[in-house]
Amino acid sequence: MSTAIALVTVVAVSAGSIFFLAGTIGLIRFPDAPCRLHALTKADNLGLGLIVLGLLPQVGTLAEALKLVCIWLLVLFSGAIVTQLIAATSRHK
Amino acid sequence: MTSALAFDLALAALVLAIATLTIAAREAMSAVISFIAYGLLLSLAWVRLRAPDVALTEAAIGAGVTGLLLLGAAATIGDRQAGAAPPLALMLAAGLACALVASGLAATTLVLLPEPAPTLAPPAMASLATTGLGNPVTAVLFVYRALDTLLEKVVLVLALLGVWSLAPDRVWGGVARLGPDAPPRAMLVFLAQLLPPVGMVIAIYMFWTGADHPGGAFQGGAILAAMWLIVLTARLADMPATSHPGLRLLVLAGPMLFAAIGFAGWALADAFLAYPEGYAKPLIILAEAGLTLSIAATLACLVAGPATRTPPP
Repeated sequence: MSTAIALVTVVAVSAGSIFFLAGTIGLIRFPDAPCRLHALTKADNLGLGLIVLGLLPQVGTLAEALKLVCIWLLVLFSGAIVTQLIAATSRHK
Repeated sequence: MTSALAFDLALAALVLAIATLTIAAREAMSAVISFIAYGLLLSLAWVRLRAPDVALTEAAIGAGVTGLLLLGAAATIGDRQAGAAPPLALMLAAGLACALVASGLAATTLVLLPEPAPTLAPPAMASLATTGLGNPVTAVLFVYRALDTLLEKVVLVLALLGVWSLAPDRVWGGVARLGPDAPPRAMLVFLAQLLPPVGMVIAIYMFWTGADHPGGAFQGGAILAAMWLIVLTARLADMPATSHPGLRLLVLAGPMLFAAIGFAGWALADAFLAYPEGYAKPLIILAEAGLTLSIAATLACLVAGPATRTPPP
């Protein structure tokens, strides 16, 4: 059982890291602000989501698990809005 | 090489690289953004050194509030920075002075320090039970070195006085301007409506948990200040005039409450800033509650800057 849980963690965290890596490469390589934001949001939303998902089986208590999910939701929320703000600003320049 | 050591080495290299980038940046704005990233990486380094309290403070104050202050400063001087570079001799002297300080610090911490390094951690932990607190860092801040903490808060108020004093005479006691003149974007207003309730809960949790776990007044206050600044930037509320008695009271309440508890210690526990037996924890939490509010108000006012408009009638 513990091997299966560890496997879930390794797979999910690795997948999340790949999203972060791809997002970072996109951030450096893409030509303009909307494209770069597109790359960045994948890392924030899916990358962090997968990492949180992978860490959930490792926490001891329900409160800790809820904290992790809260962190992900907060990053999702603020990330989505800040992305919109940056995109709007870059379009009006 | 273990993976932890590899991580630490990579982190140290990254901190050094970002520090170089901050100094080498040609534009003030790029330098400030690098500086914020530097602060966040530095807070990761503090986590690796198992100092989560310092890490939280570094992220909230070092990267967050200081970053905001510098962003505001960079935006203000943005048009003027095209002027001539300072003379070469001055730049060399500044660089030399920085290098001297850095190597002096490195020498004292890396070379001159005996092995094992002198530490007060065991006595701090030994007396922890008498304070009723679970977090030794809070015990240091509010019991062993309470005077330092009190004076630190007074310095924060003095800093705000300095910023407010930059206002011209005709707008003295007026209102500070925050953000651009253009009406706020709908998205920002949405953020300012949804985030502050969550942020306020996190700020209160941060202050409350500080007694037993990493956290405390400064970290909670910084989050509270950030929430207020979001609301102000989205124009959902007006910045009170710097002459507003409520705002001034809010800025002073924490330090005054802490000082009052300190003087009460003279009467009740025979020493300034001493707590009566058994009442240490509740009194510390009371002082921290006041300080959290005052720190939040002071930090937000520091970011908002000096008054630029006359107060509303």
